[in-house]
Amino acid sequence: MILDRHHRRQLFSHSMTVLSGLAIVVIMVPLIAVIYEAVVLGSPAFSFIFFTQRPALGCAPISGITCSLGGVSPAIQGTFVLLGLASLIAVPIGVGAAIFVVEFGGPIARVISTTADVLSGVPSILAGVFIYTILLQYDRALVFSYGSASLALGVLMIPIVVRTTEEALRTVPNSVREAALALGIARWKTGIRIVLVTALPGVVTGVLLAVARAAGEAAPLLFTLGNSCFHPFEGITQEGCALPLWIFQGATAPYQNWYTLAWGAALLLIVIILVISLTSRVVLNRLVRRMGGQ
Amino acid sequence: MSMPSEVKMKVEDLSAFYASVRAVEGINLEIPDRRVTAIIGPSGCGKSTLIRCLNRMHETTPKARVEGRVLLDGDDLYELDATLVRRRVGMVFQKPNPFATMSIYNNVSAPLRFNGRPSRQEMDQTVVRSLKHAALWDEVKDRVDSAATSLSGGQQQRLCIARALAGDPEVLLMDEPCSALDPIATSKIEELIGQLKNDYTVVIVTHNMQQAARVSDFTAFLYLGKLIEFGPTGDLFERPKEHLTESYITGRFG
Amino acid sequence: MSDANPFPPSSLRTPKRASKWGDRVFIVLTGVGAALVILSLVAFVVVLYVGAEASVKQFGLAFLTNRVWLPASENPNIPGNIHGVVPFAIGTLLTSAIALLIAIPLSLGAAIFLTQQAPQRLRAPVGQLIELLAAIPSIIYGFWGLIVLVPIMRYDIEPNLKSWLGWTGWFGGTPTGLDVLTASVILAVMVIPTITAISRDTIAAVPVSQKEAALSLGATDWEVTRRAVLPYARAGVLAGIVLGLGRALGETMAVTLVIGNENASPTSLLSHGQTIASLLANQFAESSGPLETSAMIEAGLILLVITLVINVGARLVLSRLQTGRGVGQE
Repeated sequence: MILDRHHRRQLFSHSMTVLSGLAIVVIMVPLIAVIYEAVVLGSPAFSFIFFTQRPALGCAPISGITCSLGGVSPAIQGTFVLLGLASLIAVPIGVGAAIFVVEFGGPIARVISTTADVLSGVPSILAGVFIYTILLQYDRALVFSYGSASLALGVLMIPIVVRTTEEALRTVPNSVREAALALGIARWKTGIRIVLVTALPGVVTGVLLAVARAAGEAAPLLFTLGNSCFHPFEGITQEGCALPLWIFQGATAPYQNWYTLAWGAALLLIVIILVISLTSRVVLNRLVRRMGGQ
Repeated sequence: MSMPSEVKMKVEDLSAFYASVRAVEGINLEIPDRRVTAIIGPSGCGKSTLIRCLNRMHETTPKARVEGRVLLDGDDLYELDATLVRRRVGMVFQKPNPFATMSIYNNVSAPLRFNGRPSRQEMDQTVVRSLKHAALWDEVKDRVDSAATSLSGGQQQRLCIARALAGDPEVLLMDEPCSALDPIATSKIEELIGQLKNDYTVVIVTHNMQQAARVSDFTAFLYLGKLIEFGPTGDLFERPKEHLTESYITGRFG
Repeated sequence: MSDANPFPPSSLRTPKRASKWGDRVFIVLTGVGAALVILSLVAFVVVLYVGAEASVKQFGLAFLTNRVWLPASENPNIPGNIHGVVPFAIGTLLTSAIALLIAIPLSLGAAIFLTQQAPQRLRAPVGQLIELLAAIPSIIYGFWGLIVLVPIMRYDIEPNLKSWLGWTGWFGGTPTGLDVLTASVILAVMVIPTITAISRDTIAAVPVSQKEAALSLGATDWEVTRRAVLPYARAGVLAGIVLGLGRALGETMAVTLVIGNENASPTSLLSHGQTIASLLANQFAESSGPLETSAMIEAGLILLVITLVINVGARLVLSRLQTGRGVGQE
């Protein structure tokens, strides 16, 4: 069958369409595979004990002996502590910087914005190295602690908070600021009680996004959190644990039960991140609707 | 109409700049108390700039600068705190800008809530009074808690007027308040202006000469940043003193 | 209607002096936040440099050319410490390059499909699925890679690659699955969402008029894409690729679990290797001494500089595009 030129071109076009559709399918494969493995290998670990107890001692499987699992309660506690502390650091700084950029502007505003952009590209492990190096000089005892790890995570969260808050503040039209100023409302009240409040859905979404990213970070924790995955939370100056760190430990250890616990932690982590993402979307929609669909 | 006995605002040798560009030059103007003063002129003549100097909104633009004085009952506005100035001199903008995240009630009570600690009773009374003054009360009295954005354009503008009035200003500035509205909404607001002047001094910028003729007692004509002529509206439109004024009124330019 | 002067709420009449102070505190507090942002970047670079100083003084420029990484404790036959960043630089660049090789066609294909061909109702959900891909933490990809991908590579894929493509010389050595190739594949998976998202946005922003012009000349769908849309979107897509590269260079956890962790330059795609990031993840905590720690920090500093330059470059291009070409919002 001889195809004339036109039909050849059409055929080629159609095959490219098919190929590009295939690309999407191929891309989805790892996503589905990872989630599948996490569900299959991780859900057996779920139980009441999983959420409330610490891990059992590592045991390599010898045939005939089943290992007890225990749980990942220290890691769960640790993750929440870390995320809370890191947010406490990142949110005021990030939101404050964004407000400064949008409400005061000037040449320095671009410097700040660009700096945040640059910071967002920093490899996360270097944040750990950074805090480690500082604390080593400052107070060796604090090097491995929740405080230290929160600083590292905070440094990674700040750029995200700055950029998303900045975008949210910029969606507030200038007419709102003018209306408020013309009523004799002071600049600071305008900036906070009117502009920030109007932009709040976007700001909250941005913070949740930063938290979701920080929740999954393991690299910055490697040299700042220490290793206390068998003890419950003892204080922010003490060593600690977190879900991503436990996953790393379970993945690299030769113990079968830790490995299963690690998959459980992985599944839990995925669920947590999904919940945070969904929450942020719900928050965004509900607040937007309540505020008259802006 | 004869010259009023009182002058509410006095503009002395005012020049206003955006960076190095001079938008308004050497304006000397006396704005009569409890009358409507219109500022007219072709596009770009500086009328918006001038009115924004009267409540110190001009300086909120980056690199904006003002020379000269503006006196309100003898007080030099540029010596006072800007936020206090803006509570005495209110403004309504070209495009209605109610706070989109607030209800009608919260919009009107905003000047109270943000500038003090009003009691519920104070807020209720002020909201009702302001909405009545803005001729909006009858239309919204059943739904003051609904979103401000649920109102039509003309209603939103009257809401903005009510909000400005709730702050109890002495002067009300209106920067082309009807240019985004349809004719019916426009006429409602023009009617409203006629009533407002009983209690407030009104200054209105408009590019619509007929509107100025209908609504104002006094008119100022600006051209290329300079005040060309100022006088009672009837006199300015029927017997303009300046050649430039006459050309503008008869439609030869602008 | 002439009421008496409207009720002046007493709360309004007393001029508040507070507003001046409120404004001052406002600008100071937000300014502090802004300053801290700048400070953290500056501190980052400074602290890393200070940490690396010992190594810089000891090894000087040789650090950039040495192909050996031997802490004093490891091989007593070789005198002193020798540290060179070359093995890890090669590991980093090689894995990132291959990852991009895999990711670019897939990402572009997906972006094109999503913007040109996909039925309207599919676009949002698929877009969200791709975002989900990006949301899964690196450690979990690494874990999965270790358990699932590595055996597949070792038993199924690599032996075949070796037999088909062994003549190129890139597939020497026994397939173990824990190698540069596997790390590249995982990196590709992690980088695809970034490139896809940016490419999709850029391609979607191409004005319809460009497509219509090509269509009206009788071009097929693919030709429209290739000749009208892609060239217009070229700069943005490139910036997206460069951003993806930036991500790949810094990726740590997924790489560290599957790359084999050997501190030597890889001789083939199937060799064990090490990137700068995985070096830090693997050995920073077990450093044999302050000099080695300092050397690792120096390697980290080099990584930082490379990623910063790449990121800044990509963002500059992207922002210039948005202001130059787009019909900007106010």
